[in-house]
Amino acid sequence: MAAAASPSSMESAPRIMRLVAECSRSRARAGELRLPHGPVATPVFMPVGTQATMKGITAEQLDALGCRICLGNTYHLGLRPGPELIQKAHGLHGFMNWPHNLLTDSGGFQMVSLVSLSEVTEEGVRFRSPYDGEETLLSPERSVEIQNALGSDIIMQLDDVVSSTVTGPRVEEAMFRSIRWLDRCIAAHRRPDQQNLFAIIQGGLDAHLRATCLEAWLAKWCHVRTRDPRQQTPGHREAEQMTKRDVPGFAIGGLSGGESKNQFWRMVALSTARLPRDKPRYLMGVGYATDLVVCVALGCDMFDCVFPTRTARFGSALVPTGNLQLKKKQYEKDFRPIDPECACPTCQTHSRAFLHVLLHSDNTAALHHLTVHNIAYQLQLMSAVRASIVEKRFPDFVRHFMGTMYGDPTLCPTWATEALASVGITLA
Amino acid sequence: MKLSLTKVVNGCRLGKIKNLGKTGDRTMDVPGCLLYTKTGSAPHLTPHTLHNIHKVPAMAQLTLSSLAEHHEVLAEYKEGVGKFIGMPESLLYCSLHDPVSPCPAGYVTNKSVSVWGVGGRVEMTVSKFMAIQQALQPDWFQCLSDGEASCAEATSIKRARKSVDRSLLFLDNCLRLQEESEALQRSTIIGVIEGGDVMEERLRSARETAKRPVGGFLLDGFQGDPMTLETRLHLLSSVTAELPEDKPRLICSVSRPDEVLECIERGVDLFESFFPYQVTERGCALTFSFDYQPNPEETLLQQNGTQEEIKYVHQTKKIKTTGCNQEMTSFEINLKEKKYQGDFEPLVRGCSCYCCQNHTRAYIHHLLVTNELLAGVLLMMHNFEHYFGFFHSIREALKNDRLAQLKELIRRQAS
Repeated sequence: MAAAASPSSMESAPRIMRLVAECSRSRARAGELRLPHGPVATPVFMPVGTQATMKGITAEQLDALGCRICLGNTYHLGLRPGPELIQKAHGLHGFMNWPHNLLTDSGGFQMVSLVSLSEVTEEGVRFRSPYDGEETLLSPERSVEIQNALGSDIIMQLDDVVSSTVTGPRVEEAMFRSIRWLDRCIAAHRRPDQQNLFAIIQGGLDAHLRATCLEAWLAKWCHVRTRDPRQQTPGHREAEQMTKRDVPGFAIGGLSGGESKNQFWRMVALSTARLPRDKPRYLMGVGYATDLVVCVALGCDMFDCVFPTRTARFGSALVPTGNLQLKKKQYEKDFRPIDPECACPTCQTHSRAFLHVLLHSDNTAALHHLTVHNIAYQLQLMSAVRASIVEKRFPDFVRHFMGTMYGDPTLCPTWATEALASVGITLA
Repeated sequence: MKLSLTKVVNGCRLGKIKNLGKTGDRTMDVPGCLLYTKTGSAPHLTPHTLHNIHKVPAMAQLTLSSLAEHHEVLAEYKEGVGKFIGMPESLLYCSLHDPVSPCPAGYVTNKSVSVWGVGGRVEMTVSKFMAIQQALQPDWFQCLSDGEASCAEATSIKRARKSVDRSLLFLDNCLRLQEESEALQRSTIIGVIEGGDVMEERLRSARETAKRPVGGFLLDGFQGDPMTLETRLHLLSSVTAELPEDKPRLICSVSRPDEVLECIERGVDLFESFFPYQVTERGCALTFSFDYQPNPEETLLQQNGTQEEIKYVHQTKKIKTTGCNQEMTSFEINLKEKKYQGDFEPLVRGCSCYCCQNHTRAYIHHLLVTNELLAGVLLMMHNFEHYFGFFHSIREALKNDRLAQLKELIRRQAS
């Protein structure tokens, strides 16, 4: 494993991804991540538990659903309860008593979502806390410091996030700054052998900028071979010293905002085309079923999104044909489970009719039933995707999935059809 | 169904109700409590998290106020409310009202009683009421009754008399309809004792109701403000003295640990468990001790702890949550308090519940401060488990002739 971080030392990012299978047509891959809190099969969907909780379901319930990695949010946790307290509680794992893996984001995304409260400079992002009005500076160093205290298995660099609907010089500025901030994050990272720092590729919707960003990353691998005279003894191998700033994984950021799907998939494809094959690709903020399937085809391995858990709390259940708005009158006397094929506890015990009744009451249990189901839906989907890649039938899986979701392959959204076609999967 | 008493000491009854349920093979302990539900589900809990709780009572309480408006759906479902709500294995008791949300007074007539669901008022005549019960098919159900004599500030004799008359009329009509109903043959009607604060009417209600072939009795309208507690407890003793010994006595709207013990001493067998729910809704956790035989070291520690906690409770906090406009009691701690921010102890040391086995006060505090849904889930799990443990200790104390010690322990902790 890697030694302590410092620019001039020998450091090599651990290889955390093992590829198990690759689709011979598309760029889809099945793999396994080796993380401090256990292995994670990929492609993987990571549910979002922003404030050290998975929104109403217990750690045990989440474990029982087969979840082996989920997200926490550095911005929120950094403010409440704060890194010092979490450190006292033996890290985020100890604080929320989650035995499996955690990924924390840097807090950067809140820059975009809470932009009225922030100001970006080279130093970092100045926030005004929405809770006590206090001003905080989130710098690359501070973000990594908080994430070191949280102890998550994967941590994200602080990047200069710009909304995907912004154009012009700000996008370029943000992209180059993110590269500089990565260096600062790597330098500040105190626990590289326990926590995997991922880089985030930015560049907005500009193909040129994204390509530049990717080049800058790959250019950071400067191999410097030297011969250590002390090891010139006969029979000993030549010691190879490599100096490189390397990261164990990459995230594709700055998408899943308000951009058009057409631009979105092209940026994803551009990124995956240039990212190293043997490292995980984490597409941030992507969670609709169709998007997941398409982006797996484009070569992504990891995904996160608040959508399934958030939509659950609005009474919406995810199914292979889309979603069921269970509060609607049409489900009043529907005594079937949400999905007869679903193995989750909600579908094993409850009918749509009962959930309809419960959703119209003030018993929060209704929300939990749907949260459990929607997480199960996402995890089961990823499982099925993975199995199809391993069993060399991923293109057929995609066709079947789209057929179920849209009724007819020709009714599949144009962007998805084009994206799939670009990697050799035709629907008709 | 058969109530077998193993012991009666100082008015307290200890025993089992046997041959319960559709298959006649279920048993319930008395004194005991019923699992409180909202719209057919334990508050905040799915079957998975409910299952994490130890010693969940064999019988759950459903409320007609939450289910009456779904009558049509249940009738079409045909398989009974137990299966509909995902609790096919549980015994079910259907009460009229939700003890947590009092309903507006003034809607009882000679012919009907009203309950309030999310969609508004549901008026029920005897035939509609029985039709609903037919769709629900509960194991026990509270008979249609007039409980309003106890609602008003000063109950008039006339109003008390009317509540008894109406309730008896409703009862006779319901019993008649039950005879004619195939679907309700295995359901048991619980007769309701009314009469407000008027002794004469209470006695009349008890004697008359006892003449009918009911499966048990619900003592209605004994809740109220602490001012009139003595009077009502006296009333309660007189009423239970009139009731047959071999049928269970339920009481509604009484759930606090100290009040539970007072009622058990006056011949009550079964209680609702809404108190732990109210505690949960105000972000609190039950911490009172019911260990009436602790080892001497523990006693000292506990006493010190209890005293300290009582000190902090002095600011009575009226926390507004639906129907839980109640003051915090000294049976609980308020996890929102800043002092729990860095407290890595479980809610109650030695508690076997999922929350105490897996989480800390600091974590619960964080969940409450950030308004996270999990706070309610974990607190409900703890509070139910703690409360059911309390009932278990009552039965143990009765068995070992130690109820006086338990009562003293609870009395010391009551504010």
